[in-house]
Amino acid sequence: MMKKIIALIFATLVAATAQAQETPDVLIKQVTEDVLEIVRNDKDIQSGNTQKAIDLVDKKVLPHFDFLHMTALALGKDWRKATPQQQQQLTTEFKTLLVRTYSNALTGYKNQKVVYKPFKMNAGETDVLVRTEVLQPGSKAIQLDYSLEKKESGWKVYDVTVAGISLVTNYRDQFAQEVRNGGVDGLIATVAAKNKSLESNLAKAEKK
Amino acid sequence: MMKIFLGNEMSRYRKLLAGGVFAMVFAGAVMAEENQRDPYEGFNRSMFAVNEVIDKLATKPLAQIYDKAAPLPVKAGTGNFFGNVGDLWIGSNNALQGKFGDAGVDIGRLLINSTVGIFGLFDVASELGLEKHEEDFGQTMAVWGVGGGGYLFWPVIGPRTLRDTAGWFIDSYGDPVWRTRPVSVRNSLLTLRFIDIRASLLPADKVVEEAALDKYAYIRDAYLQRRRNQIFDGRPPRLDD
Repeated sequence: MMKKIIALIFATLVAATAQAQETPDVLIKQVTEDVLEIVRNDKDIQSGNTQKAIDLVDKKVLPHFDFLHMTALALGKDWRKATPQQQQQLTTEFKTLLVRTYSNALTGYKNQKVVYKPFKMNAGETDVLVRTEVLQPGSKAIQLDYSLEKKESGWKVYDVTVAGISLVTNYRDQFAQEVRNGGVDGLIATVAAKNKSLESNLAKAEKK
Repeated sequence: MMKIFLGNEMSRYRKLLAGGVFAMVFAGAVMAEENQRDPYEGFNRSMFAVNEVIDKLATKPLAQIYDKAAPLPVKAGTGNFFGNVGDLWIGSNNALQGKFGDAGVDIGRLLINSTVGIFGLFDVASELGLEKHEEDFGQTMAVWGVGGGGYLFWPVIGPRTLRDTAGWFIDSYGDPVWRTRPVSVRNSLLTLRFIDIRASLLPADKVVEEAALDKYAYIRDAYLQRRRNQIFDGRPPRLDD
């Protein structure tokens, strides 16, 4: 009996260590395949149910994203001028906006396949790029890359690049423009208003 | 009728643009630089607004009809056909950039797809592992060291830097579709290609509408990032944060 318990504890320990040492490319592959598997079998998401897609992203994808880092990257120099409270508020609003955009992309799923490019990492590296490609019948392959940073809680994605376009830094000029016009609070209000209008569009679409 | 009209307009428009570009170069010199990457922002925003109207009233509805009416094999065939037609020019540009291996792949693609792929309707070469490249003369000039020269937004043609606008003219001379005669056939082909490209962008519309705080700036920055990525063949050096 004792032996069995010790073996079990040992096995759990090994599993936990394996999880912590999971390489970023393996993580991306696991999450991607997990999500695609669900979308493939979910007719609601495929027929454009955004809310269901958002729930899926919330559960499966978000734990591996670092939104504070993302928001800092999008805001650039102005980030340091923002108070911790403003940083928190902006992160919350920006997260909502990004999740919606990303989830909507999932509802456009039509038999795409993801190919994982060869990945190599030097020992001790804490900031890496994992490269993938989305193959779609009848169109060109789309480059889809993830930037990840190693944190205490594991590897976290802080940028997603589609066909060379960073979904995060593409906001930099727009954010800077809003900050020039109305300060950080003005920016927070603009993003919040954008989220609100998308929310009400979603509610309208659901009623139909 | 519609097709011929559109194609003719595009041809006339191309000549008009040539004059416009040179005027812009001089105008740019005296304009105050607000955003370094977008020195002609006022002009661009008004052209963008014009384009939004053209797109809403003509281009997008046509693309939607095409998208609904044409079954997937037809759309894939159309895309493949124009893709095949472009491979010779892509290969030339790869050679001009000193990438002779890639140029060889492009010529191989052209030979395989034109024959086994039945005039390019099927992209057999990709299935055989000969990857399609994206090259144009604007990228070649960039590799030669020509700077972007400010961002411009043209109605119908869309975003181009000054360099890439010039590149676009050169491309049209290296492009078999632009050189097709009689003119009526050329115009139909130009229109079909234009609508096919617009239709392929339909899914992106919703994303841009939802994601952008300022649609003009979102598209501009996406274009500039994408161009940079193309110039470095998908592996641009990192910019400092």
